[in-house]
Amino acid sequence: MTTAPEKTASAEKAVEKSDLVTLTIDGVSVSVPKDTLVIRAAEQVGVQIPRFCDHPLLAPVGACRQCLVDVPDAGNGRPMPKPQASCTMPVAEGMVVNTQVTSPVADKAQQGVMEFLLINHPLDCPVCDKGGECPLQNQAMSNGRGDSRFAASGGVKRTFPKPIHLSAQVLLDRERCVLCARCTRFSEQIAGDPFIALADRGALQQVAIYEKEAFESYFSGNTIQICPVGALTSAEYRFRSRPFDLVSSPAIAEHDACGAAIRVDHRRGKVMRRLAGNDPEVNEEWITDKDRFAFQYAKQADRLTYPLVRDEETGEQRPASWPEAFAVAARGLRFAGSSAVLTGGRLTAEDAYAYSKFARVALETNDIDFRARPHSAEEAGFLASEVVLKQPATYADLEAASTVLLVGLEPEDEAGTIFLRLRKASRQKSATQVVSLAPYTSWGLAKMNGRLIQTAPGDEAAALRKLDVALDSNSVILVGERLATSPGAFAAATEVAKATGAKLAWVPRRAGDRGAVETGCLPNLLPGGRPVDDAAARVDAATAWGVSHLPSRPGRDGDAIIAALASGEVGGLVVAGIDLRDLSDPHGALEALQAADFVVALEQRETDVTRAANVVFPVAPVTDKAGMFVNWEGRPRTFDAVLANPASLPDLRILSGIAEELGHPLGFRTVAEARAQMEEIGPWDGDRSTPAEGLGFETVASATSSTGGFKLATWKQLLDNGRMQEGDDNLRATARRTVARVSAATYDGLGAGAHEVTLTGDRGSVTLPVEVADLPDDVVWVPQNSFGHGVHADLSSPGGTVSVAKGAE
Amino acid sequence: MTDTLTPVLTKNWDADRAWTLASYEQGGGYGALKKALKMAQDDVVTAVKDSGLRGRGGAGFPTGMKWGFIPQDNPNPKYLVVNADESEPGTCKDIPLMMASPHTLVEGVIISSYAIRANTAFIYVRGEVLHVIRRLQAAVEEAYKAGHLGKNIHGSGYDLDLIVHAGAGAYICGEETALLDSLEGRRGQPRLRPPFPAVAGLYASPTVINNVESIASVPSIIEHGADWFASMGTEKSKGYVIYSLSGHVKTPGQFEAPLGITLRELIDLGGGMREGHELKFWTPGGSSTPILTAEHLDIPLDYEAVGAAGSMLGTRALQIFDETTCVVRAVLRWTEFYKHESCGKCTPCREGTWWLVQTLNALEHGQGQESDLDLLLDQCENILGRSFCALGDGATSPITSSIEYFRDEYVAHLTHGGCPFDPAASTLFARTLGSTPGAGTDKGQVGVTA
Amino acid sequence: MSENTGIDEKTYGELREIADRYPHARSGLLPMLHLVQSAEGSVTPEGIEACAEILGISAAEVSGVATFYTMYKRRTVGDYHVGVCTNTLCAVMGGDQIFAELKDHLGVGNDETTEDGKITLEHVECNAACDFAPVVMVNWEFMDNQTPESAKQLVDDLRSGTEVSSTRGARLCTWREAERVLAGFPDGRADEGPAAGPASLVGLELARENGWKAPEK
Repeated sequence: MTTAPEKTASAEKAVEKSDLVTLTIDGVSVSVPKDTLVIRAAEQVGVQIPRFCDHPLLAPVGACRQCLVDVPDAGNGRPMPKPQASCTMPVAEGMVVNTQVTSPVADKAQQGVMEFLLINHPLDCPVCDKGGECPLQNQAMSNGRGDSRFAASGGVKRTFPKPIHLSAQVLLDRERCVLCARCTRFSEQIAGDPFIALADRGALQQVAIYEKEAFESYFSGNTIQICPVGALTSAEYRFRSRPFDLVSSPAIAEHDACGAAIRVDHRRGKVMRRLAGNDPEVNEEWITDKDRFAFQYAKQADRLTYPLVRDEETGEQRPASWPEAFAVAARGLRFAGSSAVLTGGRLTAEDAYAYSKFARVALETNDIDFRARPHSAEEAGFLASEVVLKQPATYADLEAASTVLLVGLEPEDEAGTIFLRLRKASRQKSATQVVSLAPYTSWGLAKMNGRLIQTAPGDEAAALRKLDVALDSNSVILVGERLATSPGAFAAATEVAKATGAKLAWVPRRAGDRGAVETGCLPNLLPGGRPVDDAAARVDAATAWGVSHLPSRPGRDGDAIIAALASGEVGGLVVAGIDLRDLSDPHGALEALQAADFVVALEQRETDVTRAANVVFPVAPVTDKAGMFVNWEGRPRTFDAVLANPASLPDLRILSGIAEELGHPLGFRTVAEARAQMEEIGPWDGDRSTPAEGLGFETVASATSSTGGFKLATWKQLLDNGRMQEGDDNLRATARRTVARVSAATYDGLGAGAHEVTLTGDRGSVTLPVEVADLPDDVVWVPQNSFGHGVHADLSSPGGTVSVAKGAE
Repeated sequence: MTDTLTPVLTKNWDADRAWTLASYEQGGGYGALKKALKMAQDDVVTAVKDSGLRGRGGAGFPTGMKWGFIPQDNPNPKYLVVNADESEPGTCKDIPLMMASPHTLVEGVIISSYAIRANTAFIYVRGEVLHVIRRLQAAVEEAYKAGHLGKNIHGSGYDLDLIVHAGAGAYICGEETALLDSLEGRRGQPRLRPPFPAVAGLYASPTVINNVESIASVPSIIEHGADWFASMGTEKSKGYVIYSLSGHVKTPGQFEAPLGITLRELIDLGGGMREGHELKFWTPGGSSTPILTAEHLDIPLDYEAVGAAGSMLGTRALQIFDETTCVVRAVLRWTEFYKHESCGKCTPCREGTWWLVQTLNALEHGQGQESDLDLLLDQCENILGRSFCALGDGATSPITSSIEYFRDEYVAHLTHGGCPFDPAASTLFARTLGSTPGAGTDKGQVGVTA
Repeated sequence: MSENTGIDEKTYGELREIADRYPHARSGLLPMLHLVQSAEGSVTPEGIEACAEILGISAAEVSGVATFYTMYKRRTVGDYHVGVCTNTLCAVMGGDQIFAELKDHLGVGNDETTEDGKITLEHVECNAACDFAPVVMVNWEFMDNQTPESAKQLVDDLRSGTEVSSTRGARLCTWREAERVLAGFPDGRADEGPAAGPASLVGLELARENGWKAPEK
């Protein structure tokens, strides 16, 4: 129901003939686009020139001198007097280049540099993690000498004490480093986190952190991947396996809605590490540290491995066979009266489709919602009218945009790949101007050289209506999911987009969110964008599914489902992938689950939800199944199972089992069958849902301000207490410090020298270190899930206010 | 035929309080500025072009041509940066110039900045010369007070700010792009070219970087004319320069002469070699220029002739060593210098100098074998022309040239089992320990021939 | 929360003042680090953090710069930094012997400070005074034409508090005071000392004796 976006302008743009430059490399004529570097032109004729500092996504530097070539004709009929670094030299018409393949001069120059590189290298390949996939090792073999004149002449190597921690996660072995500066250049140019820098000089030069500031960048792991030697290693993977023992599989990162390509390396049924995949249209060659390091969650001791049913006599959960669990679940749901479905953000599109169909066909209800977080009817309307089936913008559009307006979105925390692309866009010659409607200038915004339009939470709609930003059809507006707590914001953003022609894209936080919209895990949408309130659309879906009719009563949204469970209006619940901490009222939701007649939980690991359930089904993590995430662009990102684990079933297989027991088979049992059915039903081509005129914003229960007058701004940081980050302590150790942020005036009002503040809201009090930011004076910011059980459980209901006092020091 | 010595830059160095504005102006100082401000800016550039002035920092690039590269249609500000990071071993001309007559440089800066339409100029002076920095600071302050700097200079409508900037100890910052990075508050490592500084230099804006002596020569060109300047020197090496004579001559010092004087003449001017000693080897322009020997005494010291002799004119830093000096020791020490000063950016220089020192050190101590000389030469071949900037190239110069002229002396270290020289014999105070030596005196110390 | 560094308010203000001298503030970093040394006796973590904060760059970047340049010291420097040139020409002319005898005389090694905190001894590279070889620098002031004896006398005088003047410069100040001048805060001693040392004038005097001069216009 989604199609691949049209090829990006840059990819599709045919290279004009006049832009081609023809040169001769090793006697072979080749035509390449102008400005191509010789080192890459050589690749076109099949010549791999050895290199270390060169990286296609970093600015050329010409430091390592490994790629020297001979240039007998620079294109002007004259020879270059000495060998040239092919990684910094653009091609020229008529140029003649001789590489190590045909030129003894180039070959000797390269061998000389390689010999120099090795004199201070420990040559400890047998114990080095990089051994077997090491550019230094490989190129020393292909372009180096067989013997060491340095060792033969009694040379003394420079030595350093063995590895030092750049951060809890990243270690540096200085002896192995060839000082190509890829890592420092990445940190400065790509991530904007120059927390590592070259220090000292000459042969003692080394990569270093400042002694009191660790290399805590959300993107630090990329430096390990691009290190051409074994100098940088991760605490997680160090000494764990050899590259030649690993099996590599392409996959898609499951931690956000960016759709980043990754590579998963496994050995004997265990994932050993994850690397960035290379997808120029999406994540280029970079991923966040969460995408790279957060995969231990699937290996935790609380992983569910067999079905559980609650024993009617003891009231305790006990192991059950799959057939028994299917039967018990079906029976329970049948007798629970009306039932509902709540899903979270981890679902693949195929699994989401299964839940959507299960609700309509097996449970005969539209009570389904994937938004396991604060949400609103306005948002549901927005998703139905402005998001589903649309592909308004791509990463390439971000790069090409004159202006990108962020509303309620913190890309560095919530969509790392977007952040990197926007930072790249902001640094290019025709710089993209990033403007953010946000409470304060975040580190991420500063790194995008962005402009802040200081906006208190809840004031986004008003700010959008008086926007003084020049937007046009070349601009992109990115709206984040937290706008669901800001009345009128989605509507205002839509208005601005329509008025200016700017592209409008919704950027959810989780990998499965957009797929859930497309497949109809919403009370107002059926799969393929079919509006529930459109009889023709219901008939269309019913026909495709071979059922007589679909429920016509509009569904309840997530909060209403929980309220109905608590009140008994809804008796049964199928729940999957929800973390109660994320919900508007974590405690109330748990009570509702406990009060429900019958709860069927599909989960990877034991949680408060599964503990409250009558039947618990273990489901496969992404490594164990094929599937598809639809990213924020609307780009389908399919992947295959990495591990063959027949006992680990995808959600859709379990739902089909229950459905069959209920007498309403879903018509698929495998991912392939589900995907085929999704394609068959296709996108709705009838009238699209439009938000009802004057649709009231049903705000989530707003806290009374009896506790104080500060509005609470909050979002989740990239690295926090999320369930899917559990199991990698080194990753968590690199998370940003948990602080509360206040305005300078508020800080001054706390009294002299306050180091901590105590915030008190309707859900409780929390004391955190305090920092000053350019916030409005009546706003305080805290990370949403970095302390205790999170903001909603421990501090305040969404949209609430808090009091601020100097913390007990 | 011009005179043997032609003091222009050095002319006022013995004046009373030569460093002050009053003294400088009394000698006609800042007259050239007033003249230049009445000229069209392009005419100032043309005058410098016509004079044939070539860069005095070592490379000898025509100064006027460099100025002409500044794209005047570039909307960014233009900058003039004076390279006062004089650090090339043996080089000691800019430091005494700035100490004695800082206003000569300041006046040159103002005229040159005016010519290239820069409104901000910098003097990047090495940090290890405290008193020179004091004098520069004071001169700039005086120049502001006198209206030579600041807004609307002498009613011309031209504005210029001049900042004296102290470095912090890094030879590589004499390399112009490394200097720019350093001046931008970064590690002084050379930049990739292109873009060249003329197009994207300081703050990615058009920038001219000139040596102290080059800029200091500009006022005289404006005052006396391009033809006057070009009437001195040789065909392609025009004008006067400062030759710095140091080492085993009786009277080391600064000698300002037209380009083309020979070392023989200069040593004569310096009172000859130390009594009882003879010339063994010398550098024409600092340690990065290949050494020469007594057979080169009569080469005209200009860009072309020294180049033809297999070396470079460089900074005209004539370090004179007599026969008491061990060439291997001298070369090892220079190589240690390059190792210490290698910025670390590129592999051949960083790792190559590390290795060269070890190989040379072994030879100096009589260890190793004759084939190590070929190893040294091969290492040098793998550095020369392979490094990122000229520092690596310079590091090879003393080694390859000394092996060319003194291979036997290297071998002698091996056969002797160590250095055959007595280091005490080459000192200034040899045999006269306890006496009070001083330059400018004719007390030649007599050493024992090794 | 506020700038809670060991750099006092005056120094912090002066650091800002340096940054403000330049079209781009980061250009001030080298002089700022000189000022840090003047205030702190070395490049301290507090100084690095203050520079990073003022310039809006990371402490790692400041540290990377501070460790690149040899004049920036990680250990506290004594009142007098004594630098003996041991580059080739000075070494040959006696610098090696001077350095060896000073080490012995002071009982310290290279880049070490005497126990009384007075003298930090270091061998330095060519300081552009080759015609005055062998050269010793005290707080980056020239002490020309040294011998082992004169150098030992020099450090003895410095340790005993006897006033010493540079052979071509001012009365010697302390290393920290010198660093302040390098940071761009003049100390009013520019007018001390001669315009030029004897060697600098050799050619000029010869020209005068012989009536040599540049051609008339």
